[in-house]
Amino acid sequence: MNKLNKRIFLLAMVSLFALSFCTLVFAQEIKIGVIGPMKFVQGIGHWNGAVMAAEQINDKGGIQVGAAKMKIKLVQADSNEFLNVTDATNAMERLITNDKVDLIVGGFRTEAVLAMQDIAMEKKKIFIGCGAAHPELCLRVAKNYNTYKYFFRGTPFNSTYLVKSTFFHLGAVAAVMKKQLKIPKIKVAIVAEKAVWADPLIPAANETLPKMGMEVAGVWRPSPVATDVTAELSAIQRSGAHIIFTFFSSSVGIPFARQAGELKIPAIQIGINVEAQKEGFWQATQGKGDYVMSSNTYSRGVVYNELTMPFVNGYIAKFGEVPTYTADTYAAIVYGLAPSITQAGTLDADKLVSILEERVYDVPSGTVKYMKDAEGKHLHDLTFGPGNITGISTQWQNGKLVGVWPNKWKMTPESPEVTHKGIVPIMLPPWMTKMYKK
Amino acid sequence: MNLVIDIVISGLISGSVYALLAIGFSLIFGVARIVNIAHTAFYMVASYCIYVVTQKMGLNPLWGMVAAIVLVTMLGMISYKIFINPIREHEGAVLIATIALAIIIQEIMSNIFTGTYLSVPALIEGYFTILGVKVFFQQLLTFCAALFIMAALWVLLRRTKLGLAIRSTAQDREVANLMGINEARVAMITMGLSVGLAGLTGAVVVPLTILEPNMWLSPLIMMMAVVVLGGLGSLKGSFLGAYILGFAEALVVFLAPMGAYLKGSVALSIMILVLLIRPEGLFGVYFEEER
Repeated sequence: MNKLNKRIFLLAMVSLFALSFCTLVFAQEIKIGVIGPMKFVQGIGHWNGAVMAAEQINDKGGIQVGAAKMKIKLVQADSNEFLNVTDATNAMERLITNDKVDLIVGGFRTEAVLAMQDIAMEKKKIFIGCGAAHPELCLRVAKNYNTYKYFFRGTPFNSTYLVKSTFFHLGAVAAVMKKQLKIPKIKVAIVAEKAVWADPLIPAANETLPKMGMEVAGVWRPSPVATDVTAELSAIQRSGAHIIFTFFSSSVGIPFARQAGELKIPAIQIGINVEAQKEGFWQATQGKGDYVMSSNTYSRGVVYNELTMPFVNGYIAKFGEVPTYTADTYAAIVYGLAPSITQAGTLDADKLVSILEERVYDVPSGTVKYMKDAEGKHLHDLTFGPGNITGISTQWQNGKLVGVWPNKWKMTPESPEVTHKGIVPIMLPPWMTKMYKK
Repeated sequence: MNLVIDIVISGLISGSVYALLAIGFSLIFGVARIVNIAHTAFYMVASYCIYVVTQKMGLNPLWGMVAAIVLVTMLGMISYKIFINPIREHEGAVLIATIALAIIIQEIMSNIFTGTYLSVPALIEGYFTILGVKVFFQQLLTFCAALFIMAALWVLLRRTKLGLAIRSTAQDREVANLMGINEARVAMITMGLSVGLAGLTGAVVVPLTILEPNMWLSPLIMMMAVVVLGGLGSLKGSFLGAYILGFAEALVVFLAPMGAYLKGSVALSIMILVLLIRPEGLFGVYFEEER
């Protein structure tokens, strides 16, 4: 009996020791959930950026939290949000309740991110959005701070500024066209996929273009998943448009660029074409996507600050391609979360929020400074403009994706002139030049 | 005048793509009463096969076409034997089984190729201008392929013993059986033919589209609209229905550019309108016989 008691006591001690050891080991980790459409380029970008961040931090021993160094453990969640928003909310729920993550980065489609945001906020988990551009995500923070304060926008800047920046790109192209082709009145065809995010852009473009001295040649709204746009292209050519102002976030950006290139439509495409931001665009268009321009975040050789090249080159070395903007999960972890955790000395979400919203810090694509609304309420949205985050415009030139904007750009006459290192001049399609120089 | 030319040419091109898909679908329904929802999934497999042959193996697109048609035909016949034949008598079950098959194919493609958008080179690069409208040679090839397949099928069905057996089975399976026709074998051969046509369609059309694991869904809806409009099981009806919907789409794009995204909805509305007037579709021979 005595022997048995001793054995039971010993077993209990060993179990307790093992339990405390496990707790100690697991307590040394910070679990970061990476959520995104993992079978698609966007989700792969989320994951790759986070992997790079975790490796970089863990190689240095982890994040300093008070007296201890804690390593990062990433947990992947496939949101499948392109196909099913419910899958996205389930994935978010699983990350929080099952995987018990401490922090979350990722998300892409606004419709899905809005739903995922609600779940993360209910559980008071910090969620840095790295994909969706809709302003509502951050307006919620101002409207109901106590509930939504755990959400921050990591990338891109919101769609209002996204549109604003495309008008700057349009102005730059129009200047080149006037100089090289001597076209007195430039005609612009507006082509926006039929999606909620693109709806407000049509009246904005209709209103702004005449003010910029340009004429609207027509508006076309193809389906986001259209695979044949030859009819639209025929109509655009007949309209005599010199510029095709695109708003594409879906797959239609590929057939549009490919078919326009194959048919040698005498107009340059600029605006937003998410597919044209990726290096796979060249294969997807069978090399017919030359001269297509799009708003973008990274390009080989384009430097925002001293952090850009180590990130871009490191990413290319590791994954063999230029990072897309969803890979800014890297910046969110390395420059956003890690220093904030160290500063707070804890993983307490409320303490981290108060630090994150006040910090101004450099990231590979510029400087993050979180905005407040007109009433001074926190938005947790990114500030746009010189000195903060502006993005770039890239163009496919002879099979290479190069940065073409900002090039001696001034946001207002009083603003400083901005030209990033590595920016090259805009090129007009040669068949267009040939036609208009005749 | 320019507008009319644009509409005619665009309508002919879109119609040809739909016709190619709808003929194969209609063929297997007409003969075996199998509503093969996986038809466009086989078209997707053919497209990915061409991608692998041309982009991964670096071979000529012609080899890709041959490989795609052979592979998809075999895959279709195996699928028929395993999934469809055992439950053929239950039309509802067949419908569900083919939906499941299509989703399985989609998931397999998604796991192999991820959701990345891919493409393949055209068989004939470039374009020509006809009455001021630019037309890809590949689109011309699609148009010619639709005409050729229609003619070849007509010859097969009207001038060969196999065609006679297929027509007999389509008219009355039991009597065909009594006349010594191996009805099960005819159904399987027809399935092979039908899926082979899906493969051929994939081979001809894929350079005009983009590859991704959901690419089978959009053509499926239009293809079903075409066959319902033309009359289920009627090849002639499918052919005509395809061009009607093709022209409807072109009309929307050119007359209402702001509503270009509605081209599919307008085409489907035309189908509903025709069905209200003629519930059996334009050439719904089998509905007539069933009454």
